[in-house]
Parts: sequence; structure tokens; C-alpha cells
Amino acid sequence: MNELVHPYHCFIRPTVTHTTFCPGCGDGTVAQSILRAIDGLGMDMDDFVFVSGIGCAAWIPSPFFNADVLHTTHGRPIAFAFGIKMGLPDKKVMVVSGDGDLVAIGGNHLIQNARRNIEMTVICVNNGIYGMTGGQAAPTTPMGVKTTTTPYGTFENFFEDISGLVIAAGASFVARWTTAHPRQLTNSIKKAIQKKGFAFIEVLSQCPVQFGRKMGTGNAVQMLEDYKKRSISIKEAKKLSPEELRDRIVVGEFVDLDKPEMVEEVTRMIRRASGEVQEVVDAGRG
Amino acid sequence: MDEKRVHTGRYFMMGNVACAEGALAAGCEFAAGYPITPATEIANHLAEKLPRVGGAFFQMEDEISSIAAVIGASWAGKKAMTVTSGPGISLMLENIGFAIGVETPCVIVNVQRGAPTTGMPTIGIQGDMVQAKHGSHGDYEIIALCPSSPQEMFDHTVIAFNYAERYRTPVFLLSDAFVGHMREEVVIPEAEKIETVYRNIPEPGTDPLKVKGFLDEDVAPMPIFGKGFKAHVTSSCHDEYGKRNLIDISALDKFVRRLSNKILKHKEEITLVERDYEDAEIVLVSYGGVSRAAAAAASQARKRGIPVGTLRLITVWPFPGEEIEKMARKTKQVIVLENNLGQVYPYIKAEAAHFAEVSFLPPKLVGEIQDPEDILKKIEEVSK
Repeated sequence: MNELVHPYHCFIRPTVTHTTFCPGCGDGTVAQSILRAIDGLGMDMDDFVFVSGIGCAAWIPSPFFNADVLHTTHGRPIAFAFGIKMGLPDKKVMVVSGDGDLVAIGGNHLIQNARRNIEMTVICVNNGIYGMTGGQAAPTTPMGVKTTTTPYGTFENFFEDISGLVIAAGASFVARWTTAHPRQLTNSIKKAIQKKGFAFIEVLSQCPVQFGRKMGTGNAVQMLEDYKKRSISIKEAKKLSPEELRDRIVVGEFVDLDKPEMVEEVTRMIRRASGEVQEVVDAGRG
Repeated sequence: MDEKRVHTGRYFMMGNVACAEGALAAGCEFAAGYPITPATEIANHLAEKLPRVGGAFFQMEDEISSIAAVIGASWAGKKAMTVTSGPGISLMLENIGFAIGVETPCVIVNVQRGAPTTGMPTIGIQGDMVQAKHGSHGDYEIIALCPSSPQEMFDHTVIAFNYAERYRTPVFLLSDAFVGHMREEVVIPEAEKIETVYRNIPEPGTDPLKVKGFLDEDVAPMPIFGKGFKAHVTSSCHDEYGKRNLIDISALDKFVRRLSNKILKHKEEITLVERDYEDAEIVLVSYGGVSRAAAAAASQARKRGIPVGTLRLITVWPFPGEEIEKMARKTKQVIVLENNLGQVYPYIKAEAAHFAEVSFLPPKLVGEIQDPEDILKKIEEVSK
């Protein structure tokens, strides 16, 4: 009898025997989308270095992916990834972490590296809550929601548009999907991996245990159905007023452009400084 | 070593510039930092010189990302360093603990300045001595060297890189604004006379499942990225293979103990001191810039017929307790001199007080190295 083996099992670290994610968690969908993208591009895990921070989503590559993985401190994976990319410019560097890690404690590293437009893929799994520590409010938790640290409801405005922040900072590729869009997500991850520049993908992902159960938004299936219902494409969204767009999730690829990328610029600078090429004053670049 | 990296010759050079020259000679390829007085000259010099040898200095958004990028570059196989002062170290401490936990070679230069808090940036004090040892949370060992001259800013930077690579650990260079900004003769030897060390890495092609890359008291080979080792590097409690273990206390015990023992087991090789206390009845113990005043005072005292010697700690961490005991057994009085209110003094006293009288001479004004005349007064006072 043939043993049934998942087609992406070969990408999983052989010592891993079980998942640590809660039942119904969206992280599995994100993990599989990443692996499908890598497989779809015909790439190998040795082409990558994965970097993650602290929180549930950070456990997607660590320990599950059978590759070089650096599991870093809270909020700092992009800063660690910066050093890795500079040291190994030929490798693909991918950061996988949550909204609390990348947008709260690590927000400035996200902004500054999007500005630098350093080549790396950053996947921000946005579940709108601190799941691992037990359901505390995040900067992405909708206003008024009761969490364990806001028992009377959150009283802060929240980040409704992380992608907009990263676009404004200067990234060359920015997309948003939800875990109800695994095919579209996979396609965007493929593009992000191939992008010469800072590529950011925000994935709205259900946390049925710490978010759904407590907020009354339901179980995983109900949350996915809700994502489907609320999602609207960029094209369709353009036809609607801000009032009509309230509570909708605009999904799609917002930005895909070519601009100077930092690793290439550094390489060029080193060539000039080391005398490998003559210094040329480029009047066109202000 | 590349001739372009070693600028052999005799120079009149600033300590901070000598540090950058030492980094180049040691093979540094990657540096990251954030501007801060009084360490900026090191960053400026590295930014100019590193690209000429294929490396680069990167100005990051803060000191947290600076040390993070340095650790990332080190895992990418590069010799890496950061330069800062006390406020920067305060921000780096969490990630310094990370570097210790995942055994990452890197050099951290702290050109100490008037503190606490933003303090007085252009004044040198030795205010961050215990921070280097205990600043990050948990039990750990660290290596810290204290240069006392521009020449040592060069020499000790080379040693710091070699220790970092040999023991797979962050190594501090604890300088201060006085030594960093001091200008003196610096001799840079010929390239072949400078020993440089690069970390051991596993044999290429080793089965990733068989790579024991962590927690060896004799320093595990480092499964650097990009070589197919499929390294799982996590600062959470892990075993020899890097596998995370968050439930077994005996795994935590190994994690803490082996990391510490890796340094302590090699303490004798790491410890550098300068002894000049043969037949001395009074020994001045100091480190860094203060040791210059101590040496001057000891020489004056000997001229006056008082048998005074000196012990200078070059390696302050791991604390060379054995050296202190050896000295204390041979003398009657120990006077500890630091440009602070007594940070290393309790450690010295703990080792020496059983054998000799131990006292501390603080600077008259914190931030002002002890005047040799004041040290002489103290010597006369204790010799009565």
C-alpha cells in the first residue's frame, strides 16, 4: 500500500511532527500559499532564507520550513533580514510575521526598509489581535472591540490600511488578500518573490480562538465567509464612495513598480569606491 | 590578509580611527550603526574604507536594527560589527542577548560617555562596565576588552574579532570618549604579522539532520546560511541541533549552562592582563584610560621609595578573578581605580579582600580621570 504524502511535505523540516497552530487558524493557509508559490516558481528551499519575529505567524517558517530560518526577537525580523540580504544578495530573503510584530513594535523597521526598497518579501499575517499571548488589542484591532487588555472596548483609532502605509513609505510591490483568497495570494507571493525591491503582502487571517470566539465573529468558517462577503477588488472599490467602503476589505495588488533597489545601489557604490569602475556623475539622479 | 585592508605604517592617529583600522585589518566586512557621539568617527571611517575592500557601513534607523543587521550579516557568513555609545547599547541589549543565545560572532564597540541617560556626550566615563556583563536579561557570559590607548584601539579591535569568531559570541570593546578621541602614535604592523581568525563551519555537504550547530562548550561549528545546512536558528531554548524545546527544564538548564561554560571554560585563553607588581606592597588595580594615571602614580611612588605596583585588566569580562587572587596573595594593600562610582570594585574586592586590604579611589569628579597626585595621596594614606 502506498503511503499518502502531502505534495508539500518535502518542504517541511523532517523533525517536525505536528502543527502548533490552533484548530481553524489561518496560518496553515498562508504557509501553504508560500510553499505553493515557491514550488510553482520551480525554486528550492535552499534558494531562501526565512526570517520571523515573535507571535503565531512567526512560527510558519520556524520550525516548519526545511530551510535556513532565523527566528528573531519581537518586532525586528526585517532588521535582521536586512543584514542577511546584504550578506547573501543572491538568496531570496522572506520575512513572515504578524501584524503586532511588524506594525506595532516593529513598525519603524517596516517603514524604513520599504523606503530603502531593499529586495525582500515581507508577508504580514494580519489577524487583528495578539493571539499567542491570549487575545490582547493590537493596533489593527477595530475600535470599540473588547479584548483582554481592553475589557471596556478599545479606545484607540486603528490601522485600517497597513498596505497604504507601506505604499506611502515607498515599497515596489504591495498586495492585500485574505485567507479566503488562497489562489490569488499564491500568485501575489510568486510576484513578490521575483520582485527586485521591497515586496509586501498583507494577509487578513482568521484567529477563531482569540478573536472570533471573543468578538462573536464566529468560527473559522464563519470568519472566512465574512472575509469573502466584505472583500472587494481594487477596481470595484474605485467606484464606491468612502462611506460605501466602510467595513469593506479592498483586496488586490496595489503597487507593482520598478524603482532603484538598495542591494543593487550598494553593489554599484562598492564598485565605484573600490576602483573597479570609474566614478560617473549621474546628473539624472537627484 | 588583503594588503588593502592593512595600512602598515606609523601614524599619529585618533583612537576611534585606529579602531576602524583594526576592524579593517581583522577582516570586518559589514558594519551597521546609528550616529552617536563620541563613537561617530569609527562609523565615518568605516563608511569610507569598507567599500574599498568590498564591504560597507550601513546607517540604520536606530541601534536596535543596527545590532539586528549585524547579527543577520554574521549568519550570512560575514565578519560584522557595530559601534555606539551607552544610549545605543541600552537599545541593543535585547538583541545582544539574542546574539549570545544563538552564538553569533560580532563585535560591539562602546565608546562610553557621560551617563546615565543622555548624560554628557563628549566626556569619557567607565559607566557601562556592568551593563556589558548584566544588561541583557538572564544568566550569560560575555567577553569585554578595555583599551587604554589609540594603539590598543587598533590591537584590541583585532583581538575582539578573533575572540568573537573563535568563541562564536558578541565581544565588547569598552572604550570611552577619552581613549576614543585621544591622538597618539599608532603602529600598524605588516599584514602577515596580524593574526586573524574565522569561525569554524560544518563540513560542506554534511547532512543537515546531523549538523550539531549549537551548545557545545568547545564551540560548535556555525551552520551559516546559504550553504545548505537548513539551519533552524532560534533564540528560544533549543538543543544542540537548534531544535526548539519550551517544555523541558533540563533543556533550559543545558541552554543556560553550556552557553556560559563555553566562555568560562576558555577563560584562561581569553584573559589578558598587564602585571607589574613584583614585590609591591600596594597594588593599583585599574583598566582602560584610568590605568595611565595609575601607572604614572605607581612610578612616582616608587621614586619616593614606596613599593607600589599595578595590575591592569585588559579583559574585564569574563571577570579574571584568578588574576585578582594571585595578585592579592602577594601584596598587602589593593587600591581600585575606576572612572565611575565603583562598578568593577565589588568584583575585585570579593576576590582580593581575603588576602589584602582593599579600597576604592573614585575620581574627584566623575568624568575626570584620577590625578596621579591624588592617587599618590591615597597611596601615602594607606601605606601609613
